[in-house]
Amino acid sequence: MSKMKALVCRECGKEYPTKAIHVCEMCFGPLEVKYNYEEIKKNVSRKKIEDGPHSMWRYLDLLPVEGTNFVGPHAGFTPLVRANNLGAYLGLDELYIKNDTVNHPTLSFKDRVVAVALTRARELGFETVACASTGNLANSVSAHAAAANLHCYVFIPGDLEAAKVLGNLIYKPHVVEVEGNYDDVNRLCSEIAGEHGWAFVNINIRPYYAEGSKTLAFETVEQLGWKTPDQVVIPMASGSLLTKIWKGLHEMKALGLIDEVRTKINGAQAEGCSPISTAFKAGRDFFKPVKPKTIAKSLAIGNPADGYYALKATAESHGSMDMVTDEEVVDGIKLLAQTEGIFAETAGGVTIGVLKKLVKQGVIKKDEVTVAYITGNGLKTQEAVIDSVGRPVRIQPSLVDFQKTFKMGKNGGGDA
Amino acid sequence: MIKVRIPTPLRPLTKGQGEVETTAGSVVEMIETLNSSHPGIKDRLCDETGELRRFVNIYVNEEDIRFLKGKETSLKDGDEVSIVPAIAGG
Repeated sequence: MSKMKALVCRECGKEYPTKAIHVCEMCFGPLEVKYNYEEIKKNVSRKKIEDGPHSMWRYLDLLPVEGTNFVGPHAGFTPLVRANNLGAYLGLDELYIKNDTVNHPTLSFKDRVVAVALTRARELGFETVACASTGNLANSVSAHAAAANLHCYVFIPGDLEAAKVLGNLIYKPHVVEVEGNYDDVNRLCSEIAGEHGWAFVNINIRPYYAEGSKTLAFETVEQLGWKTPDQVVIPMASGSLLTKIWKGLHEMKALGLIDEVRTKINGAQAEGCSPISTAFKAGRDFFKPVKPKTIAKSLAIGNPADGYYALKATAESHGSMDMVTDEEVVDGIKLLAQTEGIFAETAGGVTIGVLKKLVKQGVIKKDEVTVAYITGNGLKTQEAVIDSVGRPVRIQPSLVDFQKTFKMGKNGGGDA
Repeated sequence: MIKVRIPTPLRPLTKGQGEVETTAGSVVEMIETLNSSHPGIKDRLCDETGELRRFVNIYVNEEDIRFLKGKETSLKDGDEVSIVPAIAGG
């Protein structure tokens, strides 16, 4: 019996076959995968997972694909780094960084969702894959499509960071730069997806694609020794990642892999694009779309598809949300780099900035086990920090010049 | 005339057409006129209270009507309207 039962509308509950569709025909609500948990429960165990591959596919029983002919076989299972220095700086006893800056192959958490999406797209018989992206997703779709011999179109806003544009072109997909912001790109792609029989990973394949984010929850729990953290801080663009981490934790409980979920879910946005955090702080369960204006371009979604569900998950978990200025984003990137040796992209700066705020507000307490999700690599968003990291010290190739520059004596000593 | 782009889930109501033409002075009026030529459309776009459903997005000349005047947004000859269900992405 298949582990997937159906696609089901999150609003009205109507069921559909597990094909490339994402919208309920009746009420226009989004569809998600409905699993056969009784069947999965018979198959899954801690031991089986621990004996599995060193990738996110060790959680195959909880992912919406049918076979094992994976696209992206090496994605996931990234380090959970004990962040003692940053913890001490912030006043936290037990802080961890879930480090997806080193995800394979394109250095962001998107390699997880794309591995699931393209594996499923191939199972459904597609030969052309596409996406609407703020950058990281396009990079990942481009790379995986190249490796899987799929035709590929990626649609990006016109103002992306240079490395995120290059990070598509090198794999030679069709890169379409749309004059507009992400929300314009996304709307256009929704219309294109209705006209062409392509697998748009985050449109008609979205019910499968989004499930890949659950692996960030599974890995965190396994890496903590099959325990849930007390607090997590998650960056929000569409809100999907946060929603799926919450879902992943509850699936583990439902399947008996853990006894309880006692995690508070906290969402992080940049002030220049914070429709979800703004709604949360105002106590609303709905958000107003915004026109994004922030250096955190990977999070610059003004009309977040899962905003409503992210608000719900955060409220259910008794968590919180906040937002930070672009200046605090840059400070967050530098703080993480200089305390833990991890160079995050702007979304990571948002996460660290909000983590800092939540500790200061007393929302996250000293003795709580806390995990911050760092979802992308700083080498892709160099523009954000290039003017605030100083320059190298330049010297002649001479010992004297070196010692003079660093005010050292001739026989060593001095370490200025 | 106003051009309205119809998303796939609504095309069974427009005999498969991806684009229809109509005349209306506002978005709310457009929904009524669409509903008289293609009965059933209103129920799909609006809930029992007549408000647009949470996951329905309407754009006038590429602009989200929530940045304009919502369903009271006015329409004029030559405008193009897109209806996009359950915005995805992210």
